[in-house]
Amino acid sequence: MTEVGRARRRKEDARLVTGRTRWTDNIQLPGMLYVAFLRSPMAHARIIRVDTGAAAAQPGVVAVFSGRDFADEQGSLPCAWPVTEDLVVPDHPPMAVSEVRYVGEAVACVVATDRYKAADALSAIEIDYEPLPAVLDMTEALTEASPRVHEAGNKAFTWRFAGGDIEAAFDGAPVVVERTYVQQRLIPSAMEPRAVVATPDGEGFTVYSATQIPHILRVMLAMTTGIPEHRLRVVAPDVGGGFGSKLQVTAEEVLTLLITRRLGRPVKWTESRSEGNLTVHHGRDQLQRVAVAAELDGRIRGVKVDLLADMGAYLMLVTPGVPLLGAFMYNGIYKMDAYDFACTGVFTTKMPTDAYRGAGRPEATYALERLIDELAAEVGLDPLELRRRNWIKHEEFPYTTIAGLTYDSGNYEAATDRAMTLFGYDKLRAEQADRRDRRDPVQLGIGTSTYTEMCGLAPSRVLGSLAYGAGGWEHAGVRMLPTGKVEVVTGSTAHGQGHATAWSQIVADALGVPFDDVAVLHGDTAVASRGMDTYGSRSLTVGGIAVLQACEKVKEKARQVAAHMMEASADDVEYTAGAFRVRGTGTARTIQEIALAVFAAHDLPDGFEPALDADATYDPANFSFPHGTHLCAIEVDTETGASRIRSYVAVDDVGKVVNPLIVEGQVHGGLAQGIAQALFEEAVYDSEGNLLTTTMTDYLLPSAADLPEFVTDRTETPATSNPLGVKGVGEAGTIASTPAVVNAIVDALRPYGVHDVRMPCTPERVWRALNGGAA
Amino acid sequence: MIPAAFDYVRPQSVEEACSALADAGDEAKVLAGGQSLLPLLRLRLAYPTALVDVGRLAELQGIRDESDHVFIGSMATHYDVVRSPLINAECPLVAMATATVADPAVRHRGTFGGSLAHADPAGDLPAVALALDCTFVVRSGSGEREIPAADFFVDYLEPALSPEEILLGVRVPKLGPGWGYHYEKFHRTAQSWAIVGVAAAVRRSNGSIEEARIGLTNMASIPVRARAAETALRGVAITPAVPGETNGGADPVRDACGDAAADTSPPADLHAQPDYRRHLARVLTHRAVLTAARA
Repeated sequence: MTEVGRARRRKEDARLVTGRTRWTDNIQLPGMLYVAFLRSPMAHARIIRVDTGAAAAQPGVVAVFSGRDFADEQGSLPCAWPVTEDLVVPDHPPMAVSEVRYVGEAVACVVATDRYKAADALSAIEIDYEPLPAVLDMTEALTEASPRVHEAGNKAFTWRFAGGDIEAAFDGAPVVVERTYVQQRLIPSAMEPRAVVATPDGEGFTVYSATQIPHILRVMLAMTTGIPEHRLRVVAPDVGGGFGSKLQVTAEEVLTLLITRRLGRPVKWTESRSEGNLTVHHGRDQLQRVAVAAELDGRIRGVKVDLLADMGAYLMLVTPGVPLLGAFMYNGIYKMDAYDFACTGVFTTKMPTDAYRGAGRPEATYALERLIDELAAEVGLDPLELRRRNWIKHEEFPYTTIAGLTYDSGNYEAATDRAMTLFGYDKLRAEQADRRDRRDPVQLGIGTSTYTEMCGLAPSRVLGSLAYGAGGWEHAGVRMLPTGKVEVVTGSTAHGQGHATAWSQIVADALGVPFDDVAVLHGDTAVASRGMDTYGSRSLTVGGIAVLQACEKVKEKARQVAAHMMEASADDVEYTAGAFRVRGTGTARTIQEIALAVFAAHDLPDGFEPALDADATYDPANFSFPHGTHLCAIEVDTETGASRIRSYVAVDDVGKVVNPLIVEGQVHGGLAQGIAQALFEEAVYDSEGNLLTTTMTDYLLPSAADLPEFVTDRTETPATSNPLGVKGVGEAGTIASTPAVVNAIVDALRPYGVHDVRMPCTPERVWRALNGGAA
Repeated sequence: MIPAAFDYVRPQSVEEACSALADAGDEAKVLAGGQSLLPLLRLRLAYPTALVDVGRLAELQGIRDESDHVFIGSMATHYDVVRSPLINAECPLVAMATATVADPAVRHRGTFGGSLAHADPAGDLPAVALALDCTFVVRSGSGEREIPAADFFVDYLEPALSPEEILLGVRVPKLGPGWGYHYEKFHRTAQSWAIVGVAAAVRRSNGSIEEARIGLTNMASIPVRARAAETALRGVAITPAVPGETNGGADPVRDACGDAAADTSPPADLHAQPDYRRHLARVLTHRAVLTAARA
């Protein structure tokens, strides 16, 4: 039996669940100091005076710094995605020097001998602020009269993209549906909070960070601080989740390193959950004006999108690029004649936004799938029938969409048919009709979402054409050890995904070695020197292919040695079941025997380097396009406004599957996160720019008790763009589920004249929608 | 957790605890299960100079049958309460509400007395204590006294306890036969506070409600009784007698619950505005009363 496709339990888990872990906060170094940051209580203000004297005199305090102390060396936090030539990129000092622009921005710090003393001394720092007006609403921010976040104004950029003749599509269209949707601001809530340890190390420094991106972080820390790259080592130890929030170069990482350089001692920072809610980059926060033009039979003529995207106060690593990741997805799986997309990035005095699970694609999918349901209601068609009339048929692949992407494969019919069967679609529709007839106080809604996403980020040339600052390749190294065991070095840094397991399965098949004989090394720039790290559902589709290609190279080397050992021509040597055999004879050498022979190097082919290893760097030719059909049944209590998910069916097509158990886990987690956006989560700022949702009492995360039992299944249409046929699954559940849930709620309320409920669809909002108020 | 510095005292008896509190002055806090106090320390919303840890005092443990009432020691955990056969038999409303408190981890550490002495109107137990007319037994260096539930909750997070007083336990009256109970909790996630909660005890006779006692959670700065609804429910026929039945459009229990939110002053927060809370109080009181009446 091949390893690829087996539901292997993760080899990481025994260690993780028994606490034999190395989280950044667990790291203890001799002489280590602890830093605590004082954060701005003002959304927008000038810093008039800073007095650190009293704090510095407190017991255990080693140093107190304000922004001025770092002004000459802290540089500006990087934005690596200048989406337009005229993009406004404001200076972004890691610690504010003269002006603060969001509540939570670091203004000073205390370095002390323990965490408690550092935290105690914060209140002794005196800062005088001169308040400036907060800028909170994107639409108002773009008016002439608005106060400015930065001197250059509140508009960061406008980015346009069009395909086909959009005016022709809308002019004279029998049906036009226009809607405005609010993508509320979300706070990524990884289980492990952020933490950084920086320490002097030989001629340079080592930075340990709970990061998704040790490689990118190393490059950016070198560029930001001026510390030469070869004097910087970055380690991502065990990392407990990220969802994009640790795809960042943070103020705290830069400052912790600078403090270490200043004091010559190791320094640690670990955020509290409330500090994290304030200052982990936020997600989403877009105002989406969308319109669809269609024929009376539901055939789509065109889709228009006009977005406002809240950048927050500054541009962080990929802040302006996030909405662009959705720019090619507002057409989804549907054929149409024309497409028009515009996005304006807006500065406000709030925490900057950046990538959060799905990054641009959940927003796009939400608006489109909601709009499609509205169109179905408008033309009087079942929402799935409307989709069927418009989607790309399975025999039409590869298909180049109106947005210019070439979808290599897909089978929307198969996924939808399977989902409808598992869901009991017709029966639930009948029950819905019955409840409507009876005027049951508990109404039933059915929500559909036939999503696709682009993942496997990304072909480097495409990223270049979008002005992204780096490539989209991934590196892998595979080496046979003398005893026949295998070490795999991957540039794709795991932070909970199960790379060690999946990579072992790929290597076990490719080299014919046992699963348990493979070790996967990652997350340390001194060990895995090259990499583009983990985000955008790219690990398997890019990093996994690099592993496979490195294995192929190793195998080819081994074949030469095998042929030499068996005195045969390499062409006559075939590889099966972990051994090289001379065709037509019984002679064979296992790959382990060859590994030992290469190590001894006593008798190798002429010119053969005595190393059975190989590197591969894979740059994908195309994105991959997972898709699927999600169906959600929700009971809405019209008396209280409460929604209860009764059943949820997810049929996903993520191509070939390396480990079904890991895929299942990704789907479950993704669904939880997407449902959470629909029903629970929202970062709320008050009218003065204070974040109100600083604890989990106010920022509601669902637990297992709040979620239904998920019914999951898969169809399997292999990707044709990579040799494993894989597509990626890290974000699919999140992207698909949010519109499925809200579509269900609106479907339940449609007889009451409701056609939207703003997310999160709290009981109060549902109740107000039912009672004619603004939802 | 990075709280400000504090002294920690673990007395060996209630007497020692009382003198420790008297010595420590106004800024000392009693530490029980820590499920409400520790978050406040962690967020630096409270800066007590000393914590007097009474969590292990044997005198505060235990759930006892004391003829016409059940005595619940203040350090009985929520888990102890939920599992107690005595409570489930004699005052099941306490067990019903306690089972909805937070999550299993909190219920294993959090205590019955600590939760009540915290006097959070959004907590589930204060409304129950109020509805059942419980009696709070407290002690200080100068002796023991009893406080009726109606006088115990003074204001938001403010019980009628002086700084040197410790809650020994609570007497929950046995209401006897003929009563039905229900706690209706409305919240957004399983672990979150009640937006509104309704504790209902209903005495029935011949298909009608003879007496209803209704405590409301999170409808004011303290737990409150829905007195207007209690009065209106007296003598009302329990219809429909079983769920789903129709009664020719008449719905006297619902009508009687129409004033459930009278004399309340519900808070406004991120989860609900006052008008919505009032609406919920009416709907949930109807549901709680009807469920209790049918129980």
